[in-house]
Amino acid sequence: MSEPQKVRIVAFLCRWCSYAGADLAGVNRTKYLPNVFPIKVPCSARMDPELVLKAFAEGADGVLLAGCHPGDCHYLRGNYKALRRYNLLKKFVTQMGIENDRLRLEWISASEGSRYAEVVNDMTSKVQKLGPLKWRREIAIEA
Amino acid sequence: MKPEPAAKPKVAIVLGATCSGCDYSLLDLGPTLLDVTDAVDIVYWPTGIDSKLEDLEAVPDGGVDLILFDGAVVNEDNLEMARLCRKKAKILAAFGSCGAYGGIPGLINTGSPKKILLEVYQKLPTFTEKSESPAFEGENALPKMLGQAYALDQVVPVDVYLPGCPPPLKLVASLFTDVLSGKAIPKGTYYASNRAVCYECKRVKENKDITTLHRYHEIQPDPKRCLLEQGMICLGPATRGGCDAVCCTQNQPCRGCLGPLPNAEDGGSEMMSALASIIAVSDENKDSDYSAIFNNLNDTVGSFYTFTLAKSTLGRRKVD
Repeated sequence: MSEPQKVRIVAFLCRWCSYAGADLAGVNRTKYLPNVFPIKVPCSARMDPELVLKAFAEGADGVLLAGCHPGDCHYLRGNYKALRRYNLLKKFVTQMGIENDRLRLEWISASEGSRYAEVVNDMTSKVQKLGPLKWRREIAIEA
Repeated sequence: MKPEPAAKPKVAIVLGATCSGCDYSLLDLGPTLLDVTDAVDIVYWPTGIDSKLEDLEAVPDGGVDLILFDGAVVNEDNLEMARLCRKKAKILAAFGSCGAYGGIPGLINTGSPKKILLEVYQKLPTFTEKSESPAFEGENALPKMLGQAYALDQVVPVDVYLPGCPPPLKLVASLFTDVLSGKAIPKGTYYASNRAVCYECKRVKENKDITTLHRYHEIQPDPKRCLLEQGMICLGPATRGGCDAVCCTQNQPCRGCLGPLPNAEDGGSEMMSALASIIAVSDENKDSDYSAIFNNLNDTVGSFYTFTLAKSTLGRRKVD
């Protein structure tokens, strides 16, 4: 069997819950696939659609967004805003031809280290099935 | 014709992939157009005067003071014209939203050229019979498609931008005034306001809490109140002003033809972010996933990137 495809997943993790959850996964020495690049953001609502689009355009094969469970947001309503943006963004990227599994929103609390590992493993295997996203980075003229 | 003491500035208006609406909009100048044509020497303008491409080619390089390039670049013919214009022009202006941002032709970047041709020549619901795709080779061949649509500045360096669909006449007039007075125009100048359309819109803006989104034809909006607050997708907050909010004055939401604001890289995503943020969180929908409100949104790309897709972050087409 051939080597699994090397896909890159950018994860925007909220600093209060999901990043702490990812930390816990590390402290617990939970093993999970190494394809994810975590980025700490102050709140899941900080996830501007532009950051996600940029990640896709610059070579990410998948983007994972993670924040606190509904009702647990440190800033009260941040994750609701993230959820609304995600739904709109999802419609946009689908129309642009990016597959459904490449963009995912999950609620991961600070105590859910194992769940973080599960989500990463699950998403990585799904994106690996789809293969790399070949988005053209440079503006080049086909002649 | 009387001999002129000083040489008049030479102007050309060149077409790319365009509907020519920008050209025709110049006719709205009315009798003033005659003053303009007296003040400048139009060397090439296929829609307006009897001129051939040879007339433009005959001018020495850098000999045309102002070229307005109207349209996006989607095929080899447009590309050749764009390169020729760059060679001949002192000031090359991307004229209209298509030249400046890719415009409506830029929307083909959602699919491959093959898919587009199939759609246009075989699948259109208005066709009763399927027609054959045009020939791209051999005699009478059409120019080859480039595979995606480009804004003018993605293929050649551009000096000034005159966005708009069509560009508001007062902005066109200010460009002509600057050129005629010989003023030095900094490279990359946008002939549009640096502030959003909302600054020019007279509607009452109160509390933004949307519960439903409406499509253009579905409601008759209240002429006094902000259209966004009434649940219409109005791109005003993420779009350059300069048009005196002409669409909003006519009870139509802004579609974003003057392009993203100076500090926004991707106007459409800014607007998506803004629109999603003003959807009301109430007790009823607190536990919902907020996806139902977007069900009425049939064309997300077309709604947020009507004119700017070719220059947006994801607008560059995927490799198939």
